[in-house]
Amino acid sequence: MIGSLAVLAADDNTQLPLTSFGNEPFWLTIGKAVFVFVLLVVLTLFSIVFERKIVSYMQQRIGPNRVGPRGYLQSLADGLKLALKEEIIPQLADKPVYILAPIIAAVPAFLAFSVIPFGPKVSIAGHQTALQLTDLPVGVLFIFACSSLGVFGIVLAGWSSGSTYPLLGGLRSAAQVISYEIAMGLSLVAVFLYAGSLSTSEIVAAQVSTTFDVFGTTLPKPGWFIVTLPVSFVIYTIAMVGETNRAPFDLPEAESELVGGFHTEYTSLKFAMFFLAEYINMITVSALAVTLFLGGWQAPFPFSRVDWMTTGWFPMVWFILKVVGFIFVFVWLRGTLPRMRYDQFMKFGWKVLVPISLVWILLVAAIRTATLEVADRQSLLMVVFGIFLVVMIVFYLLPQPEPDQHPAEGSGLELLPLSQGGFPTPPLDLVVPPTPRSLAAVGAVPAGPATSTALPTSPLAGPPATPDDEVDRG
Amino acid sequence: MLNNYVPILVLFVLAFGFAGFSVGAATFTGPRRYNRAKYDAYECGIEPTPQPMGGGRFPVKFYLTAMLFIVFDIEIIFLYPWAVAFSQLKLFGLVEMALFIGTVFIAYAYVWRRGGLEWD
Repeated sequence: MIGSLAVLAADDNTQLPLTSFGNEPFWLTIGKAVFVFVLLVVLTLFSIVFERKIVSYMQQRIGPNRVGPRGYLQSLADGLKLALKEEIIPQLADKPVYILAPIIAAVPAFLAFSVIPFGPKVSIAGHQTALQLTDLPVGVLFIFACSSLGVFGIVLAGWSSGSTYPLLGGLRSAAQVISYEIAMGLSLVAVFLYAGSLSTSEIVAAQVSTTFDVFGTTLPKPGWFIVTLPVSFVIYTIAMVGETNRAPFDLPEAESELVGGFHTEYTSLKFAMFFLAEYINMITVSALAVTLFLGGWQAPFPFSRVDWMTTGWFPMVWFILKVVGFIFVFVWLRGTLPRMRYDQFMKFGWKVLVPISLVWILLVAAIRTATLEVADRQSLLMVVFGIFLVVMIVFYLLPQPEPDQHPAEGSGLELLPLSQGGFPTPPLDLVVPPTPRSLAAVGAVPAGPATSTALPTSPLAGPPATPDDEVDRG
Repeated sequence: MLNNYVPILVLFVLAFGFAGFSVGAATFTGPRRYNRAKYDAYECGIEPTPQPMGGGRFPVKFYLTAMLFIVFDIEIIFLYPWAVAFSQLKLFGLVEMALFIGTVFIAYAYVWRRGGLEWD
């Protein structure tokens, strides 16, 4: 089985067979391992500064700009500072486990990246080699195994600290990661159905764009699985945020509830290891998303016709650009969304993502069976289109649900004033007063202190102040 | 075929060396100024609550989630080889997997109905 796959893959001029990995000269293996290691560390240092910069622009501030050119060496300085901090091991900590936990968290994070392809075949000093540390027939499964091992680091860190908040954070993290790993694992089944392989390089090869005939015309068929399997992509994207403990799913380290979560009792470089592991995990899940859904290192459409952009070393640029795009999405989510409540979060994972994934797998399998068993493509497309049309008509004819009634309207829940035992509430029909500058520009009201300070003094003072009132009071 | 795992081993040595060195080096690079309060469990400044070793008891909910995880993880382990070999199984594979997913769905519906997926 493996042999036949390898022969199939070897036909492509950008692809090496699976068996070629690990049979290279040893210096090349070491070189590639060092490259992957350095790439991960540099990407981590970059994404920390990148995140702080982006979040600061989203929050109308400047962000780090002191260390190095435009502040881009900030994370390096942070790392050095952490190394020079005092190390504190709490008295109640279970020492061996406490010391081992950051190592257990960091090592699998590095290992998971080893099967990610970041470029096509190149030749280094006369050796043909793929830009990928190694590939396995069970590549994606290996990534899952590594991410599961990483959870051990978090759980053991929380447990061995001998403190309340880390224990709670560690337990939450374990429950969260395993819940979202189900959704993540199920979302990828559709990809394997189409790719017919678990090996990452073969999944990338399966996403090459081809052409197909519909009603006599030849159309380019999109190869990337994000186009053919959008539901899988959405579920995977949600699950990967939950899997990496990032906002809005950063419940294991919810500062407002758990101080720092599982790493509360960690200081110095041990803390830095957890930080590093979190960011490497972020990069790895992004890289996996790129590999499985965005065609890996393949060039996006208009550039895929240019030869030098699709072969040799250049595709690595596409790969890194796509990964950075995903990291931007992570940062964007953090800058936009508030943290979810834990029960809502678990409910979402188990009651929404899991059933949707299961139904989607059956649907994809049914479509795949139809394309494999039925030879007549055109009548198949007609049937699918007919079913789609019927479903749309049924949904159109279904009665619309009644819009939600506002509780304050005629439901006996009117707001009582404070004097009759009501709750203190801000005025609900508050109108934002015009800024003095805009008024001065129009020339309606002379700009003065009165317009900017004349907000209603009591929340229950009556109807909101109109500009006329403000002028009178001034 | 095991040759494919050799590069992973090389990266493991590299990563383990780096992580182990960092964790070990922290003891020597930082200052050491003794203060008893530093070595207490951190609870925002108040005296820490006395803790049984190993954290004592925690909600049974977490065990239930772990069991559910195992059920679904095994389902995933069945789904992966099925998905890879699907182009050979075709309709037979689809029917078989529909039956299997249906069976797991019954258990899932039961857990849902009994409130096993609720967090309060």
